[in-house]
Amino acid sequence: MPGNPCARMDLGPYIVLASLEGAITAAVLALTAVGLSLVFGVMRVVNIAHGEFFMLGAVIAWWIAHSLGGHPAIGFAVALVAAPLIVGALAVAADMTILKRLNYDPERTIVATIGVLYIIQQMTLMGYGPDARPVEPPFNTRLAIPWFEHGADGWAMIWPWGLGTTSYKLAVIGAAVVLLCGVWLLMSRTRFGLVMRATQADRDMAQAFGIPVERVYALVFGLGAALAALAGVLIVPIQQAHYLMGADPLLLSFIVVIIGGLGSLPGTVLAAVLIGLSDGIISVFFSPTLAKILATLLVGLVLVFRPQGLFGARSG
Amino acid sequence: MSGGARAYALHGGVIAVLFALQFILPAYHHGNLARIMVLASYAVGYNILFGYTGLLSLGHALFFAAGMYGMGLGIQHLGLTPAPALLLGLVAGALVSGGLALLALRTTGVAFMIVTLMFAQAGYLTILYFGEYTRGDEGFVIQQAQRVLWGIDLSDAGNRYFAALILFGSCLMFSLWLVRAPFGKVLVAIRENEERVRMLGYDIFAHKLAAMVISGTIAAAAGASYGLLFGYAGASFASVQYSIFPLLWVLLGGAGTVLGPFIGTLFMFYLIDLSSGVTTAYMLIAGVALVLLTLFAPQGLMGELRRRVWRGLP
Amino acid sequence: MTLLTTRGLSKHFAGLHAVEGVNFDLPQGEVRALIGPNGAGKTTLVSMICGRIAPSGGQVIFEGRDITALPAHKRIMLGMAYTFQITSVFAGLSVGENVALAARRRLKGADVGLAVDDALARVGLLERKAQEAGDLSYGHQRLLEIAMGLAQSPRLLILDEPTQGLAEGEIAEFKALIRELAGKTTILLIEHNMSVVMELADRITVLNFGEILAEGTPDEIHANGEVQTAYLGNG
Repeated sequence: MPGNPCARMDLGPYIVLASLEGAITAAVLALTAVGLSLVFGVMRVVNIAHGEFFMLGAVIAWWIAHSLGGHPAIGFAVALVAAPLIVGALAVAADMTILKRLNYDPERTIVATIGVLYIIQQMTLMGYGPDARPVEPPFNTRLAIPWFEHGADGWAMIWPWGLGTTSYKLAVIGAAVVLLCGVWLLMSRTRFGLVMRATQADRDMAQAFGIPVERVYALVFGLGAALAALAGVLIVPIQQAHYLMGADPLLLSFIVVIIGGLGSLPGTVLAAVLIGLSDGIISVFFSPTLAKILATLLVGLVLVFRPQGLFGARSG
Repeated sequence: MSGGARAYALHGGVIAVLFALQFILPAYHHGNLARIMVLASYAVGYNILFGYTGLLSLGHALFFAAGMYGMGLGIQHLGLTPAPALLLGLVAGALVSGGLALLALRTTGVAFMIVTLMFAQAGYLTILYFGEYTRGDEGFVIQQAQRVLWGIDLSDAGNRYFAALILFGSCLMFSLWLVRAPFGKVLVAIRENEERVRMLGYDIFAHKLAAMVISGTIAAAAGASYGLLFGYAGASFASVQYSIFPLLWVLLGGAGTVLGPFIGTLFMFYLIDLSSGVTTAYMLIAGVALVLLTLFAPQGLMGELRRRVWRGLP
Repeated sequence: MTLLTTRGLSKHFAGLHAVEGVNFDLPQGEVRALIGPNGAGKTTLVSMICGRIAPSGGQVIFEGRDITALPAHKRIMLGMAYTFQITSVFAGLSVGENVALAARRRLKGADVGLAVDDALARVGLLERKAQEAGDLSYGHQRLLEIAMGLAQSPRLLILDEPTQGLAEGEIAEFKALIRELAGKTTILLIEHNMSVVMELADRITVLNFGEILAEGTPDEIHANGEVQTAYLGNG
């Protein structure tokens, strides 16, 4: 969040600012949540370590930028490609060694992924340390945003101090949109997407048709992790890289996926936009803690009273 | 000896050994064991819901903290003496677990796990939010003068150990009695085949509700005792970590066995104690243990013992 | 006296009419067989009677009392017992404990043990009391199911395909058991084994496509042309 311009901005521009920040949260959240939703939709497992993949993306991005040096854009570009690949590979390994052996039993998987969460988190603590470290964005031009005021001479465009964003932040939103379209295209237009949807619809049937279900599962798990890592890379120039930064994205992704309807991609994206924007706005006007309390209660209550979420279909 | 008498003898024996140990243990382990016994009581409570009824809660820290803060806030803000404060902690635990049960028991399996996790998180955040009264993460110390129960100073190591032993002993014996009683047998049956139990005429919801309230109240008793015996209440005891711990302890020791929770707590406590001397990342042990247990030894230590050696081990 | 009545009982699953407008009367003490082709709605009908699934419409009346809204476990307490079509015993518990669970709903203390031994003796499983239920053969598990039903001393015993998977000798023993119970306990029996049906049933209800096709004594049903076409085949 930028320094508090509350003292100088009127309500209108303040809401615009909060919405912009919320949009960035929503963009990154959408990517992370789609990863979680894919894994649940196809594999029917809940991955509690999902937030740690997000954190790893950010930490690896820092490490790459730190090791390569030079212009931040180089390190960032490399990280954008390398981090998701590394994290995806790690996830595939976790799937093949752990999840597969548990036969994707829902309850045991949750317990095992809690273990994976601690392993990833604590090893990062050991290797990377407890500090939060910044990463330079590849480009960072300040952009002021105009606001309209109705004065004595009619409508005038003014430039309130503090109402602005950066080119990078806008790029994050754009990148997220592009990536989400990419995922949608992957799901709906490619063969792999078809295979994924077939496995999701009916695992046994898919197997009967010769689809290597276990390999699909490994790849989907890797893809979900890679999307989270990608989100982590995108956010790290705005937020710093810290070994505990996976907790909030995990909670928010949960909220999004449960409210949007488990396994429903459009529902997930819509819920992400809603949650991201409202989290941003509520956090600005009320305490962030209160926002989180409301969010967690909301998830709990939705699961109790409307388990299909707001968009998902009732499974029966 | 009949099966029942043998079981009571075994468990009574464990308590007797723990009683005797207080006279020979060096100070460090003496304090540890007091802590372990209180935490093991928490695990015993958790086991009743998870090991015996088959409901995996990821939010038990909510109950532990309800007990701790019910007691702690009672002393701090209401000026209560230890005994009524403990009672307040118990009541808080019973109410919170009953309330959560009414909501969470409408779900099953994965949804149940997440609902309990979410409400526990909300509880933790609420403690932080009302930091004015609860002192949030920092927590607050309960002074020595406030920890004198019926003339006995609980900050004294000897008294503290004895109090912890009484708590643990009661929880252990209660748990043993419960699982051998008809009610406990229905819980096990519900875990095995819920629909069949329903069609034998049992009210499933009422049984699960009772199991959850019993489990939550024991957890609260442990939380209240922990705060009182060690003189501190803090939000960290309401965090996710303290919901994962009893799961870990019970899995390691043997879910669905009466002694399992204690064995698991004992092992894990020392494992983490040893590793935190080496690194700040001691929760790594917890993570590895969880993965290995779910993969290779879901029965836990006592569970394996039951499977291979002593079939009738409760 | 009529023990069980259904009026207009129906169940619709998203367009599929599994059971449609069934009017069914079961007098006390009768052994009634419920037969029909696969998918006729027999298990669905019976599930609505014992409360496992909620009806889409209609009423269930037991001993003169409307129990349509009553949850399953309360109906069991009123005196119904149900054995599952797909064997549903407690595999991890002993045979004796399985039956004890059934008995404990009504009995306490020493009476439980007596009821358990009695029920197991009647189905011929007494020597296996300490054995783990999951270790039993399929046929023995079905017998265990029946023992659990007996231990409840029900007014209405609902058996869903009880002889499926049983050997010839076991089926003969089953027939003897039912003959013993007949008159004292009302029995509703879903069966595919026609020899069992013809020998044991006082009356037969034939279900087809969710509706009652015919009702009558075994001889009447045997001679009924429609039933033959729908189900039995000619001759």
